Amino acid sequence: MADITRKNPLASFFMLFGRVIIARIRLLGQYALFIAGSFVQLLVWPWHTNKIVQQVYFIGMKSVSVVCLTAAFTGMVLGLQGYYTLVKVGSEGLLGAGVALTMIRELGPVMTAIMITARAGSAMAAELGIMRISEQIDALATMDIDPIRFMVSPKLGAALISFPLLTAMCDVVGIMGGYLTGVIMLGIDPGIFFARIHSTVELHDVTGGFIKSLVFSIVVTTVCCYNGYNAHRGPEFGAKGVSMATTTAVVISCVLVLITDYILTSLLL
Amino acid sequence: MTTPLIRFEKVKKAFNGNLVLDAIDLEIFQGEITTIIGKSGGGKSVLLKHIAGLLQPDSGNIYINGERLATMKKSQRRRLRRKFSYMFQDSALFDFMTVGQNIGLPLREHRLFPEAEIQTIVQKKLEEFDLVGIDHEYPSQLSGGMKKRVALARALVTSPEVILFDEPTTGLDPIRKAAVHTMIADYQHRFGFTGVLISHEIPDVFYFSQRIAMLHEGKIIYAGAPDQLQKIDDPTVHAFIRGFEGRTEIASTPSIGDGWQRRFSEEMTRLQRHRVPFALVVLTIENMSAIVTQSGPVVAQKTVTQFADNIQRHLRLTDTCECIGSNAVLLLLPFTRANQARLVCAKLARELNAEQTQQIRASMDSCLAVSAGFTEPAESDNSEQCLDQALAQKEIFYKFSIC
Repeated sequence: MADITRKNPLASFFMLFGRVIIARIRLLGQYALFIAGSFVQLLVWPWHTNKIVQQVYFIGMKSVSVVCLTAAFTGMVLGLQGYYTLVKVGSEGLLGAGVALTMIRELGPVMTAIMITARAGSAMAAELGIMRISEQIDALATMDIDPIRFMVSPKLGAALISFPLLTAMCDVVGIMGGYLTGVIMLGIDPGIFFARIHSTVELHDVTGGFIKSLVFSIVVTTVCCYNGYNAHRGPEFGAKGVSMATTTAVVISCVLVLITDYILTSLLL
Repeated sequence: MTTPLIRFEKVKKAFNGNLVLDAIDLEIFQGEITTIIGKSGGGKSVLLKHIAGLLQPDSGNIYINGERLATMKKSQRRRLRRKFSYMFQDSALFDFMTVGQNIGLPLREHRLFPEAEIQTIVQKKLEEFDLVGIDHEYPSQLSGGMKKRVALARALVTSPEVILFDEPTTGLDPIRKAAVHTMIADYQHRFGFTGVLISHEIPDVFYFSQRIAMLHEGKIIYAGAPDQLQKIDDPTVHAFIRGFEGRTEIASTPSIGDGWQRRFSEEMTRLQRHRVPFALVVLTIENMSAIVTQSGPVVAQKTVTQFADNIQRHLRLTDTCECIGSNAVLLLLPFTRANQARLVCAKLARELNAEQTQQIRASMDSCLAVSAGFTEPAESDNSEQCLDQALAQKEIFYKFSIC
């Protein structure tokens, strides 16, 4: 084999390419097993209800302020930009519908997912990474306590509860932000603002947004937990390994949220 | 022949091309404490993690109760894991849980007892390990020694059949170390668990280990009873257990060490807790000034070191021999009374004279005139008092010469 690659650069290229592809497929397989394991352990009796409640508090409750803040300003910006665009064609009455549909169908789930990734996802990756390098995960295994059941599944369960609730909150606050700029600051009639929302927003817009938020909750939680859980397998060791795992988790989560968003939007349209 | 509980068969393990375990063959028997000794970074923890199933061998097999670990079903492995317990080198306590929650975790997770009973068991363990009152503290608020004891308590709380200890006493003070060793031995006698221990505490581990395995450069170079260890003719084993490495380099400056005081504290703990006697012997080279005048201070110092080395070779593994001055050597003999120490010294004199100690003769012209003072410490004595007592009993000295 070595002789072939020495003589033939094309063979060498394909060998390297093949190695990379195999490594990526193996990674995907491990990730798929991780997700499957997390779901299975979430359903296995007895349920870790206390841990799930604690995680709902950490992922959900503690993210309320940051999600509301970003949602409010996003809605306000949408109101300003929407008014600027619609007034040119004399359709500023559609501002309410524009803000509501954008928030409910698109920005609500995406903004919520990205804010939770930044606040809770990074913490999940760092927590599991530190547990990994300090052998706490190994200690769980030696006690016959499944580390995925003990550490990951409650986070996944809590994310499945928290993401849709926070998304709903983000949608409402975003629409109120649009109301603030559109109605109070720029003088659009409030009746028209809400009447347009009522006439254009349909149930499938809302359910589509919730489906996205559920998918994002799985993506964010499993990517962050997977990276933290496998912090020891990276190119760096110790604290550097944990910091790299955390960075990778946040970057991959955000990118995957946007890619998944596109795929889901095209499927749900 | 008894079937081993755990058996390694040609187990190999490498990390990034670095061979850590090189075709290891090792047997661990039920109801015994097997201590694995060897240099730091030599793969002892890797070996232990293979038993716990945290690492898989690159090649070779591990058998537990005659069954191959690699081919066991998941349910079988789970059943097996419940019988095992592992105490990690760096404690591996859960830093987001209190001490009480850490100790009670395996009981709670497996729902072995009702909550009230778990609390009682945890409190009992806290008392046994001298940790009372810290059950609500977090591991980050504890000292290194306390963390070790919490980890030990957690390892023992489920009363496992096999316990793997990875350096359980590293970082503990001599008194706590002796207490932990006594506790391991005591627990083993009471419950008959199988223990696999990694330790550098030589000779302490020889007291309670039924078997010693020495790992050197990826291979087991000795596996057997502790008392057979000194009889095998392997310089690596001798160098390790005597801690002689680098002794030649420091020979010109004989140690006036305090290592014996550490041993003294440990033996004193045994004496106070379990009434186990020990003896101190001070061997003084009476004609040291004549040797210095005749051969110079360097030769004189070398003579003392060689004298100490020669004596150590004739002692038991558990005995301590240390230079305590320019002309004195102190012997600490565990499980020995003063009258027995006299017999030990008489035997030493006979053996050393019989050997004609070539090294000493080659380096100097005169004989060594050595006197010995004995004492059997009482529970209230400190090390300085005992040393003074031994030196003060000069009138009953037993004299011998080496020419």
